[in-house]
Formats: sequence, structure tokens, C-alpha cells
Amino acid sequence: MTGMELYLPVIWAAVIAVAVVLYVVLDGFDLGLGILFPFTKDERERDQMMNSVAPFWDGNETWLILGGGGLWVAFPTAYAVIMPALYLPVIAMLLALVFRGVAFEFRWVAKPDHRLWDIAFTGGSTLAAFAQGVILGGLLDGITVADRQFAGGPFDWATPFALLCGVAVVVGYALLGATWLNMRVTGALEIKARGWARGLLVAVMLFMGVISLWTPLLFERIATIWFSMPNFLYLAPVPLLALGCALIVWRGLDHGSAAAPFFGTVGLFLLGFIGLAISNFPYLVPPSLTVWDTAAAPESQVFMLIGVVALLPVILAYTAFMYWTFRGRIRPGEGYH
Amino acid sequence: MDLDPVLLARIQFAFTIVFHIVFPAFTIGLSAWIATLHGMTLWTKDPHHADLAAFWTKIFAVSFAMGVVSGIVLTYQFGTNWSGFATLAGNVVGPLIAYEVLTAFFLEASFLGILLFGRDRVPPALHFTAAVLVAVGTAISAFWILSANSWMQAPVGYEMRDGVAFPTDWMAIIFNPTFPLRLAHMLVAAYITTGFVVLAIGARYWIAGKHIREAETMVKMALGMLIVLTPLQILIGDQHGLDTLEHQPAKIAAIEAHWDGEHAAPLVLFAIPDQSGEKNDFEIAIPNIASLILTHDWNGLFPGLKSFAAEDRPPVLPVFFSFRVMVGIGFLMAAIALWGGLAWFRGKLFEAGWYMSALQYVWPLGFIAVIAGWITTEIGRQPWVVTGLLRTEDAISPVGALNILVSLVLFVLVYAVVFASGIFFINRLLVKGPMRRTAHDDEGVASRPISAATEAGREAIKGA
Repeated sequence: MTGMELYLPVIWAAVIAVAVVLYVVLDGFDLGLGILFPFTKDERERDQMMNSVAPFWDGNETWLILGGGGLWVAFPTAYAVIMPALYLPVIAMLLALVFRGVAFEFRWVAKPDHRLWDIAFTGGSTLAAFAQGVILGGLLDGITVADRQFAGGPFDWATPFALLCGVAVVVGYALLGATWLNMRVTGALEIKARGWARGLLVAVMLFMGVISLWTPLLFERIATIWFSMPNFLYLAPVPLLALGCALIVWRGLDHGSAAAPFFGTVGLFLLGFIGLAISNFPYLVPPSLTVWDTAAAPESQVFMLIGVVALLPVILAYTAFMYWTFRGRIRPGEGYH
Repeated sequence: MDLDPVLLARIQFAFTIVFHIVFPAFTIGLSAWIATLHGMTLWTKDPHHADLAAFWTKIFAVSFAMGVVSGIVLTYQFGTNWSGFATLAGNVVGPLIAYEVLTAFFLEASFLGILLFGRDRVPPALHFTAAVLVAVGTAISAFWILSANSWMQAPVGYEMRDGVAFPTDWMAIIFNPTFPLRLAHMLVAAYITTGFVVLAIGARYWIAGKHIREAETMVKMALGMLIVLTPLQILIGDQHGLDTLEHQPAKIAAIEAHWDGEHAAPLVLFAIPDQSGEKNDFEIAIPNIASLILTHDWNGLFPGLKSFAAEDRPPVLPVFFSFRVMVGIGFLMAAIALWGGLAWFRGKLFEAGWYMSALQYVWPLGFIAVIAGWITTEIGRQPWVVTGLLRTEDAISPVGALNILVSLVLFVLVYAVVFASGIFFINRLLVKGPMRRTAHDDEGVASRPISAATEAGREAIKGA
């Protein structure tokens, strides 16, 4: 491998990682609100929850298209292996997103007969989150590949580990949603959200612990990465920082702080992602295909990279502008509609 | 029973993309119309344009949401069902799709928030800018997706290595030969589609005697645009056909149901093409006209279906009929627009009783023509996914037929629910109609009969 063919796939892996992290954080709190919906029966509080993301959800979901599209552009072979291998969870996620996406508009127009769209919003959000966790777990579990094509069965992904990841993501997104509410609403809902966040934080730490212990037990290559010297020392900050983030969230909730719990949770997600990246790099389709095995033609990666370098800052700028325009807490009964 | 995964995957793709294309075809035009109304509000300071914009923005929001969610499905379907295509064409088509995401999706999705919810949060000029950016975003989206589709119709600017296409010239790929006219054809189709919806709704209110002033604005603005665009579309379509003859002669042969390339082609008005018998049954045709249209020569020759090996011919029957549906509706739409123009010119637009009554029902015309056009061009490309490079049967993913069947059934069920609800809600919004905005009432008041009556009365006084 010469220079470009060596570096480009790594750069692209980083670009896609950024898109996925942005998606997970942004659509995470968004889906989390759907997951939390059944925890309040109060109509005004539900309106408040939905209003707090109404202007953003569409932009948030676009990161998923960039993640999927980016994977296809930069690593077509990985895309062509992963999608058929995780066929059913991917389809389930897409259908779930259809329901919860249209629920944003339909629920308002359907009022006062919107009960069904409440269910669509909650069910769709929860299933989408669960399916995303299963996709992640199924990918970590490894995909059977022969001749650079998927060669396994339709239910290979349905392992206890993948299902556990599914539940973990649901709980994690709910925590993002609860801390988002703590930051963005006032009234009784704000207090309730803090209560939810405490319970969810404990659950998230438990799941992170179980997954962190289970992965090295399941996969020897991951055990070697984390527990051989001197790696162990270099990598020790990752779990320690995660504990620190958890502490920030907890103390923030205690002190009624607005931003600390949400950004502490974002930190938790980031560290979780970094942990997974350390465990699996350079594999894109563990345990057989690396970023280099699956990379697109360098000319395609360069052509696309120019676009990303030129446009991503612009996109981030106007996304920030959007969040700034709709800043401030949502009071009960207040909305943009 | 043996299920054919290729057939199931094709049905699934056809189903999901037909469902999807309805929404872009509508929202591309609708966003431009909303931006125009916002522009007029800034220019004329007339709140009635702002009310109209707010009204159509609600309909836009519902349609756009359905377009977004059905579009995400397509991005992933290339991988789940068509991984052979994803691998072979990924280097070339992938970046075009990704540029669509970067240049269009984020723009639309972000500024949509300001357009929908920002009326009281940002200055009017910025609100107008958001409307323009959403409209521009939808058009940019069409640019990239049509570029990718056109490349699949007539691929250039690449070389094949180990069964994978590698880009050699990006400018040639993006601006591939059938792209400019295909883009023009689709954009104009989208504006026409929306134009007929606005026209029909305006006529509906006018006949019902509700929102008279808004109704007349809708009818006039829609008609004014359609008078220009519907004849223009016929010209663009004709040129696009000549393009297709050059790059996809088999498609043209199927469109014309023209079997024998040794003789001049008649214009087949009606026939039941018989694929295996290589002939047309029950043919009604005008001699030499197809030759005249396509070669501009009474006795001009162009390849017939028999000029291609049987396994390289598209299915003739659906291509033949869908093309006739599209063209038939195209001429009908031009006739409707020009007739209205004539009545307008003679000052009788808002008198002609039967014409206004008929206009209430013209809203589906554009949608049907768009779907028929896409069926023509997509089935006409068969048996290829990428003309000359990849056959549809070789593009399929290594997944079981049962997988595809289950997901197909789920898509049909979910889309049926979502689509039916969407139509129901859009209709509910239409029944409610545009609302006058009071100074401190963001939601607006439900349009009461009394306010419509006051409105009509005011109009009558002004007119007198």
C-alpha cells in the first residue's frame, strides 16, 4: 500500500465515525423522548416533550443518511456485506423511523384524536433504538464473509449479546432524552425528567459495565488489545473518564444544573464509542474485513472528501444556528406550532 | 413454492420508489411556491400572501415528512437488496448520492425548521431566506439524484477493473449525456404537478364560495405558470426522446412498439405488444409518423426491437402503455392550461362554469404523469440496472427470498397506513383552508363561515 491508499481509508473511517457519533447524540435524545413518552400521561407534558425537538428532528435524522451514504461511498464492500447480513434489523429500524417521523406532523394535525400517533411515536422510537443496538451488537459479534460477500444466515445477528446491546441503546437514548428535557423544559416535567435521569444513569452504567466485560470474554482479539501490557495502562483512562462523566451527570442532577447532565451523558456516549473503536480498529466488518479491504477507489474517496471538507463546516454552522434560533426552555403548553 | 428473490426485490424497489417519488414531485414545486409567496409578502406587504404561505407550509410539512422517511429507506435498500449494484457502481454512484446528502438534505432539513416554526422567532427577511433555501435544497436534491439515475441509463466517464466501475472523469460522470434534459424534464414535471394541485384547490374553494380572494390568487398564479410550463414540457420531452434514441435505442423501440428496424416506423396509437411473438396485436397506427418524430425524416430508420437480442429487450407492454399515459396526460394538461389562459385573456376565467368545476378534479394529473414517466424510463432500461454493465438479476444481494418477501409485506402494510393517514390529514387541512392570522394568535382561529362571508362581502364591495 502506498501513501494515499494507506491514509484515505483511515481518514474516511474517522469521517464516518464523526457522522455516527453526531447521529447517535442528536437523534439519540430525539428518539429518547419517544422512549420516555409513556412515562407521563399528562397531555401538556407530552406536547412539551415533542415541541422541544420539533424543529430539529429532521436535521438530526439526516446524519443517519450521511452515515449510511458515507459507508457506501467510502467502503462499498463493507456496505454490501453489512446490509444483507443485518437485513431484518435494518428494515425494522427503517420502518420504525417511518412511523415516528411522520408522527411529528400527523400527531398535531390529528388532534384531538391522536392516541394512535402517540403509540406510533413511542413504538417507533423504541424499536428504532433497539434495532440500532442490535445492528451494533450484530456487527461486533462478527459477520460470516466468503469471497467478500455476506455468506451467513438471515438470523445470524440474533445473539444474546446483540439483544443486550439493543436494550442498552434503548436505555442510553432514554438517558439522553431525560437530560435533554432537564435542560430544555420548565415546570413539573423538568423535575420528573431529573428523576428519570437518575434511574437511567444507574442502568446505563450497569449496561456499559456488562458490555465492557462481556466483549473481551467473547472475543480474544479484544481481550488482547485491552489487557496486555503496556496497553492496559494507556487505555485505563477510558473507563476512568467514563466514571468521571457519570459523576458529572449525577452531581449535575443533584444541583439542578441545566447543561451538565446532558453533556456528561454525551461524554459517556463518546467514551463508549471510543472504547468500541479501540476494540475493533482497523476492522470495519469484524473479524475479517478491515477498512483497507473494503475501501472505495482512492479517486472516489478523494472526490468525496473534498465535498466533506468544504461542506461539513457549513452544515455544522447552520445546524448550530438552528439550535441557537430555537434556544431557551419550553414552558408547559408552549410550542412553535 | 419457489420464490424468486430478484422479482421480489424488484417489486419492493418499485413499490418503495413509486411511493417516494410522489412526495418529491410535490414538494419540489410546493417549496418554490411557498418561497414565492413569502417573497411577494415582503414585496407587497399584503398579509394575504403570508396567510396563503402559512397554509401551504402546513401541507408541505406533512408531505415533506413522508418524503424524508420514505427516502431514508431507499438509501439503505441499495445495500440490503441490491448489494451487487452497490459494489459494482459504488465508486461512481455513491459519491453522487453522498453529495446529495451534503448539499441538499442538510440544507432542506435544517431550514425547514425555521420555515415551519420560525415565523415569530426570526425577521421576515430571514424567514423568506429559509423558504428559498428549502426550495433550492429540493432542486439540488433532484440535480444529484437525476445525475445518478442518468448515469445508470447511459454510463460514461469510468473504466471497469475486476468487475467494479472506477471513475476516470467526474465532470463526464456528473454531466453525463442524458442528464441535462432528464433533469429539466423532472424539475418542470415537479412544478407542473404542484401547479395542478394548487389550481385544483383554488378552484375548489372558489366553487364552494370560501376564501375567495385566496382562491383567485391560487388559480391565477398556478395558471400563469402552467401556461408557460406545459407547452415547454412537451418540447423538453421531445428532445429528451431524441437523447434516448441515441443512448438507449432499445428503450425507444419498446416505447414505439417498433419491431422491425428495416422499415420506417409508424406511430402506434394503440396495440397489445406480444413480446414472444415479436409483433403487435390489435394495432392502430399512422404510417411513418414515429420516423418523422424521431429522425425528422418521413422515411427515416431507427432500430427496432428485433435489432436487439431477445434477452436484451425491455418488457415492451408496460413501457409502451406507461409512455402513452404520460404523453396523453401531458397534452391534456397543456390543453387545460391554454384553455384557461384563453378564458383569462377574454376576462372570463372566473365565469366559465364548467371549466372551473372541472378544475377541481385536475390535482392528480401531474402525479400520474410523473409515475408513468418513471415507469417508462426505469422499465425501459431493463434488463439492465446499469445499461450494458450490470443486469438486474446480477445486482441482487445474497439474501434469501423469504427475507425480501417479509420486508416487502411489511413495507406495503406500513406505507398503506402512513399514506392513507397522510392523505387523510392533508385533506383535513385543505377542508380547513387558509386562516387569517390575528396579531397575537399563533395557531390562528379555525376558519368560521362568518369570516369567509365577511371576506366575500369585502371582495364584492371592492369589486363594485
